[in-house]
Amino acid sequence: MSALPHIIDDWFSAKGWRPHEHQMEMLGRAADPATLLVAPTGGGKTLAGFLPTLVELTDRPRKGLHTLYISPLKALAADMRRNLTGPIEEMGLPIRVEDRSGDTTQTRKKAQRADPPEILLTTPESLALLLSYEDAPRMFAGLERVVVDELHALAESKRGDQLMLCLARLETLRPGLRRVGLSATVEDPPALSRFFMAGGCPVLTADPGPDPDISMLATTAPPPWSGGGAAYAIPDVLDEVRKHKTTLIFHNTRAQAEIFFHNLWLANDEGLPIGIHHGSLAREQRQKVEAAMVAGDLRAIVCTGTLDLGLDWGDVDLVVQVGAPKNVKRLVQRIGRANHRYNAPSKALLVPANRWEVIECRAALEAVIARDLDGDPRGPGPRDVLCQHILIVACSGPFDADDLYTEVTRAGGYATLIRTQFDEALDFVATGGYALRAYDRWQRLKQRPDGLWQLRDPRATQLIRMNIGTIQDTDTLKVRMRQNRKFLGEVEEGFAASLIPGDTFLMGGRIVRFESLKEMHVDVSNDRGRKPKIAVFAGSKFATSTQLSARILDLIHRRDLSALPGHTQDWIALQRAVSHLPEADRILVESFPHDGRAQTVIYGFAGRGAMQTLGLLLTRRMEDAGLGPLGFVATDYATLIWGLHPVEDPEFLFSRDGLVAGLEGWLSQNALMKRSFKAVANIAGLTPHNFPGKRASGRQATFSSDILYDTLKRYDPDHLLLDITREEAMRGLIDFGRIEEMLERTQGRVDHVVLDRVTPFAAPLFLEVGKVPVEGAGREALMEAEASRLMQEAGLE
Amino acid sequence: MNDHAFTFRGAPLVFRASGALFWPDEGLLCISDLHLGRSERYARRAGALLPPYEAQDTLTRLEADIEATGATTVICLGDSFDDDAAAHGLDDTIAIWLTRLMAGRRWIWIEGNHDPGPVELGGDHRAAVTHGPLTFRHIATPGAEGEVSGHYHPKARVGGRARPCLLRDAARLILPAYGTYTGGLRTHDPALAGLMQADAVAVLTGPRTIAIPMPR
Repeated sequence: MSALPHIIDDWFSAKGWRPHEHQMEMLGRAADPATLLVAPTGGGKTLAGFLPTLVELTDRPRKGLHTLYISPLKALAADMRRNLTGPIEEMGLPIRVEDRSGDTTQTRKKAQRADPPEILLTTPESLALLLSYEDAPRMFAGLERVVVDELHALAESKRGDQLMLCLARLETLRPGLRRVGLSATVEDPPALSRFFMAGGCPVLTADPGPDPDISMLATTAPPPWSGGGAAYAIPDVLDEVRKHKTTLIFHNTRAQAEIFFHNLWLANDEGLPIGIHHGSLAREQRQKVEAAMVAGDLRAIVCTGTLDLGLDWGDVDLVVQVGAPKNVKRLVQRIGRANHRYNAPSKALLVPANRWEVIECRAALEAVIARDLDGDPRGPGPRDVLCQHILIVACSGPFDADDLYTEVTRAGGYATLIRTQFDEALDFVATGGYALRAYDRWQRLKQRPDGLWQLRDPRATQLIRMNIGTIQDTDTLKVRMRQNRKFLGEVEEGFAASLIPGDTFLMGGRIVRFESLKEMHVDVSNDRGRKPKIAVFAGSKFATSTQLSARILDLIHRRDLSALPGHTQDWIALQRAVSHLPEADRILVESFPHDGRAQTVIYGFAGRGAMQTLGLLLTRRMEDAGLGPLGFVATDYATLIWGLHPVEDPEFLFSRDGLVAGLEGWLSQNALMKRSFKAVANIAGLTPHNFPGKRASGRQATFSSDILYDTLKRYDPDHLLLDITREEAMRGLIDFGRIEEMLERTQGRVDHVVLDRVTPFAAPLFLEVGKVPVEGAGREALMEAEASRLMQEAGLE
Repeated sequence: MNDHAFTFRGAPLVFRASGALFWPDEGLLCISDLHLGRSERYARRAGALLPPYEAQDTLTRLEADIEATGATTVICLGDSFDDDAAAHGLDDTIAIWLTRLMAGRRWIWIEGNHDPGPVELGGDHRAAVTHGPLTFRHIATPGAEGEVSGHYHPKARVGGRARPCLLRDAARLILPAYGTYTGGLRTHDPALAGLMQADAVAVLTGPRTIAIPMPR
């Protein structure tokens, strides 16, 4: 084990601290080309990553960029600068630390390129931008180390793929560059190391620390049958806030966080200081909450995924998760936010929002205690990101296709990319593809006589640089007060479009009244009502993971259900008595009449995305069979379909070949595909989002990407971007993999239960939001029936 | 059955589920608001990227209607092109396609508010045309009798679905927009409600036509 230089050792002693074992271990591995450190939240990961840099720069002071630190959050980079600058100044080390992100001023950015600091803290997007400049080789010529923080989070999105391509580029510019990845606890560290570096790298796992103190919140009232607000638990949550120093209250969606926060304040008679933090709020408002939190002025923060990562909140001693966690890994990471200190157990409470979530929360809790993390294997690197990377490389100067291909395959996600796929991406970037060949704007690269590729028009660099990145913000509009133009936050454009003047909704915990939509602003005024008319604006919905679904199915079949509250035990017992309990190796189908329609419920436990897709595929098959399906709704566990005629024999619905054939036909005309395509077209540079001097409004962007989709589908169905869209949709929104997993485990075993009324497990489905109408013969028949009734009533025919 | 047959001012007419109006006795096909070249206009004004394929889609449907009816006269009821410049800047394939459709039949372009000037294509260019008991013009004139017009892009809803529709009463017909990617105006709008009589009928386009009392 290496020794610390005196100056650093003395500083530790003066503070009365000692480096953790894994921090010293990282120092011992400082010369290794790549290391992945897996340590729990609060394990001093970041210091472990920086210690070798501090030691090297203390032993051999030098000028120029030595270490690049990359974090997924701008705020984390800024926070890291403060955390590093303090000790560096106290030790009197000759090290300059600066951060760089979209918020950094132009002057500062220019200065950083001309005279880079020894340690630069930045984000994947800012790094990609730096690499697009002609002077990138000079700037990174002396780079020694790259430290990637929160690698587990980056690996979950295309930002990670972009970053890995950038690291491969850096390695070309600076052979021998060493890299360190820092990750929270993950289910498969070797797989993460292969993402971090083609071929994988050594993994160092720190002591995971003590088991968390996790339980279900005991509430006075039972949870409702459906919905996600968990309003029933407000008094009990407030009680817990009172009993703890600082509580983080996590929600899965922004809308739920807003509603919960609103209800919490209505019940907060003693005026406990409680704040709210989520991605749709104005930056100033978020910063105010963060500052108040750091200062210890808040007793609780209602928040979403924005607080999943990074920033050190100090005194949090309780984490409350409202709603089913959907995914054990994320739950573990959230729990780690409490007691952000190594070797102290974190305390967490789970609050299910409805009956199904009671079971899911219990299953998740058991998984956390068993340290059984979930996760799906990562697919190959997405090719839209590759297209963007080719554009970025072209911005920095002419390139050789063979060299670039070799470089790209050194990035973990692209290790298996074959040359044909690379050439297709290059051809798309160069020409736009067959159907778009007539358009100048997509003719972007040309090959020079010497074989190198370069931008056809050097002025294109500005547009390319403005559109670097893979983060897809949903198209949002700013919400502001009509009187004083004060900015409150953002709502999705689709939500804004659905409002009519006078509608009230929640924003930043207060009720506002919609007045008008002007240009890119939603003007609102204060509303004195106590209940918003429109409760929900869309937020992300995760699917319950495969592993967690399996645990749920296992849980309901236990002889001893005493781990669950009495009301849930009764509910499960009643379902068993009236119908069947769903089983892992069989598909349960219930049919019964309700509300004048034939109802069919399929219990597949394949997660929301897959159950939604199943609904689309099955209604299509039912349409072909003349059953006149009218619509469906899906949850993580089941799909409910209603129509004109009952399903007599459901087995035919589940043949794999039939479902796959249906998928092929249906995929191409699906709205989800358009949504996927929009993101792909954006990332691959087909439809830039930002333009010099103005931003394309969301509606324009959607409109044009929808039309491009239809166009390519019809005139160039093999276009690269359609291929990528299909691939993504199968994995993401459509999640066909989970349907295949369901078919695999059930092997055509279908149990059909025909009843005369709604079953206990089906009842909550009728209260679900997000019903999807089916356009088919059933709908036409209803329309015609209504039309002839209207005509008769009017005496017209 | 898919089409809606009716008699208007003594003329037996057929409203097709595609949105075209056909007069079998005269071999006359009438469509309104093609809005060809809309993508060009968007591209020029907003910088958004719309390829010209929407025009191809519109013309494919029009060709199918002409073939199915064997029409010898075609009346385009105005706003055939999104604006004057678009008509001049029309994609070559589109211009050739139009020329091919126009060959061998009488073709009348009625002026609309989006394409007031003459266009560089063949056919007659007229502000309005009268044919037997019917008068074809772009925008409805209050008080007119036996008038067929377009312009408003009427849409109506039944069973929770809104679709482009024909509006008809004893005095006038208002045709839906035939062009792909055109917006619509609900029949509740005072502009439409004011023009149509109380017993007006809306005939929705779609897989089959559906007739309802005009929603107000």
